Amino acid sequence: MMAANAHAPSGAPALEVIGYSKRFGSFAALDDVSMKVRSGSFHVLLGENGAGKSTLVKCIMGYYTPDDGQIMINNREVEIGHPRQAHAHGLGMVYQHFTLVPNMTVLENFLLSRPHVPAVVDWTRERAELEAFLAGMPFTVPLDSAVADLAAGEKQKAEILRQLYLQCRFIILDEPTSVLTPGEADEVLGTIKRMTRRGLITVLMITHKFREVNAFADAVTVLRRGRLAGAGKVADLDNAAMAEMMIGHRDVKQAVDRVARAAGTPVLEIDDLRATDDSGQEAVDSLSLTVHAGEIVGIAGVSGNGQRELIEVLGGQRHAVGGVVRVHGEAYGATRAEMLRHKVACLPEEPLRNACVGHMSVAENMAFRRFDQPPNASGGIWLRRAPMRAAARALIERYRVKTRSPDSPIASLSGGNVQRAVLARELSGDVDLLIVANPCFGLDFGAVAEIRAQIVAARNRGVAVLLVSEDLDEILELADRIAVIFEGRLRHETASCGADIGVIGRAMAGH
Amino acid sequence: MQTDLGLWAVPLAMLAGAIRVSTPFIFVSLGECLTERSGRINLGLEGTLVMGAMSAYGVALQTGSPWAGVLVAGLIGLLLGGLHAAICNLPRVNDIATGIALMLAATGLAFFLGKPLVQPKAPNLSAVELGWWSDIPQVRSALQVNWLFVLGIVLAPALWWALRKTRWGLVVRLAGESVDAARAMGVSVAWVRLLATAAGGFLSGIGGAFLSLYYPGSWNEGLSSGQGLMAVALVIFARWNPLRCLWASLLFGAAGAISPALQSVGVTQGYYLFGAAPYVLTLAIMIITCSPERSLRGAPGELGVTR
Repeated sequence: MMAANAHAPSGAPALEVIGYSKRFGSFAALDDVSMKVRSGSFHVLLGENGAGKSTLVKCIMGYYTPDDGQIMINNREVEIGHPRQAHAHGLGMVYQHFTLVPNMTVLENFLLSRPHVPAVVDWTRERAELEAFLAGMPFTVPLDSAVADLAAGEKQKAEILRQLYLQCRFIILDEPTSVLTPGEADEVLGTIKRMTRRGLITVLMITHKFREVNAFADAVTVLRRGRLAGAGKVADLDNAAMAEMMIGHRDVKQAVDRVARAAGTPVLEIDDLRATDDSGQEAVDSLSLTVHAGEIVGIAGVSGNGQRELIEVLGGQRHAVGGVVRVHGEAYGATRAEMLRHKVACLPEEPLRNACVGHMSVAENMAFRRFDQPPNASGGIWLRRAPMRAAARALIERYRVKTRSPDSPIASLSGGNVQRAVLARELSGDVDLLIVANPCFGLDFGAVAEIRAQIVAARNRGVAVLLVSEDLDEILELADRIAVIFEGRLRHETASCGADIGVIGRAMAGH
Repeated sequence: MQTDLGLWAVPLAMLAGAIRVSTPFIFVSLGECLTERSGRINLGLEGTLVMGAMSAYGVALQTGSPWAGVLVAGLIGLLLGGLHAAICNLPRVNDIATGIALMLAATGLAFFLGKPLVQPKAPNLSAVELGWWSDIPQVRSALQVNWLFVLGIVLAPALWWALRKTRWGLVVRLAGESVDAARAMGVSVAWVRLLATAAGGFLSGIGGAFLSLYYPGSWNEGLSSGQGLMAVALVIFARWNPLRCLWASLLFGAAGAISPALQSVGVTQGYYLFGAAPYVLTLAIMIITCSPERSLRGAPGELGVTR
């Protein structure tokens, strides 16, 4: 059924959106937004979380119907009420999370995404045809691997190749590099850039990273709170101008200044640690690391290189296969009693899922560490709610958690506030060791600055901090020492002042 | 006249058991395999099995044709599977709870309607003699093979092929792996699951017909004794692969034949203990394959308990 794409434009399409508005109840997600993407250009859509970027592209792709406004492709007004219509016009989208089916091979995935699948599939012929298609493409993917076995960069390439395979010539990329190493990101974006140069495709990319805008984009459209905040050619704009369009004028709390101090005694010592992932594959491989009192050790790396398993072992959510973890020189198995005795606090990634019970109240969630100790409990059996709520109120006040009351379920809070609530819980007592993973993932500017300030403040108080983050900028900003994890091993270790970003980036890619 | 085979009688009886007892396991596990590959769990297949056995027996008794009984049993299974799928397609319905409810309902209904069928004798399905070459009567009786067993043996590779090489099979797998991807392809997930569950029910119904019309070959309330539920566990053991479902079914059939086999060579102690072999096997398999640290490889992505 190639007829589905019969009237798709042959070259790279131009796209124009005029006066798009979209309301959800009383909330205006998009308010009179216009955007012009020229044929064969590399256009970037910038904006903070919640600025309306995804609403805009979902309207373009037909997942939402805008309340008002028009869309033009190659200067002709078109109607897009359904994703299949968008597809028929040659519009394709690559999502931030992968949409390929993990338990199927790349070949099966490609075939299934075609509008027409034959009743009985001749795999030999299909493979030959797909290989011929890939031969004409700037990059390739292994056809017979299950998608689950591909590295993140390969998955991203497969997603992009699939859109090209489906004859899409206008491709929307939603933060395509968030899961890639800097090297992989440059390779993928560089190739896409060359394809736009040759007039093969038009690209609209959502991103937060100015570096990518400067290196690859031709033009930029900036959204702020659902409105158009600015647009222009990248050549005419500098980073300061784009940043101001993006965040407007606002007071961002500065990160707490780090106090210069010599590293103290070793608090956390990891020796030759090994752990497996959910499928039984080795995920953490002979990892050794020491964190001293009063320093932040940052572990940089692209997601999926064993960070999750490492944090789970340290947080008591996973058994190590081998190796020793010591805290204060004593063997540490991450039991509740040991965490209490050694004053270990843990802020895992996605705290709502990993460190909270969504249906329980904010006060109850904040009491998880000490609900069974006086004054919250008498005799270790009878719980007292009043002291728990009082303690929660104090923490809510001090860490500025925005919640209607201490009794609201914690799942009703926004991401940043859940993060603050859990951080408040973990830092409220006396802490000697803080383990943090991706603390600012998906938060807005204000929340990011505040959470980072809390972490640095803890370090200044003499807490040993192990920070695992996929955001290299975060590591560079916070850490005293940096180690790079790749395929479960630490590859490169350096003090953060004087760190060579090129070396770190190459270590992240395994070089 | 029986020939004394000594201890050889045990493996022979287990082979006979594998051939005879495994057929319902094959049909139910292939049915459940198909259903689960589409992303739905049907625990009601135990009820479907019993209902199929009862209706097959009743129809064979009325019409005199056991094959008419097999067909009706399949259609009853189709209806029950379709009902399960239709209920599960409603929003916020849990397929585990629905499956258990339907299992109890179908079993109860079969017992109620099957009361008058306990006494009379219905015509049984005929068997193919594959043991003609042997003079030993035990070998001849062990190699009596029912056509349904042959059908099951053919069905397993056919299903395996269909899931890999046909559009129909790929769509079923897609619905089981990722609802979003299936929707993006324009596939109605609800419809695919309805058809897959109904087809799975059809196979289970036929498995039930085998119970009442061939082995043991009569209708009573203890006929199935949980074989439908064991077949569901067997699908997990077989990692959702139809070919492995076939092997696992044969293994379970052989395990079920251990205790009669031992009895035939004079080991009468612990008859009921050895009778529990298939259940112990089920339990052992579940313990071996489950781990809090690993997820099962091959499990369809949309298969879940909390939906």
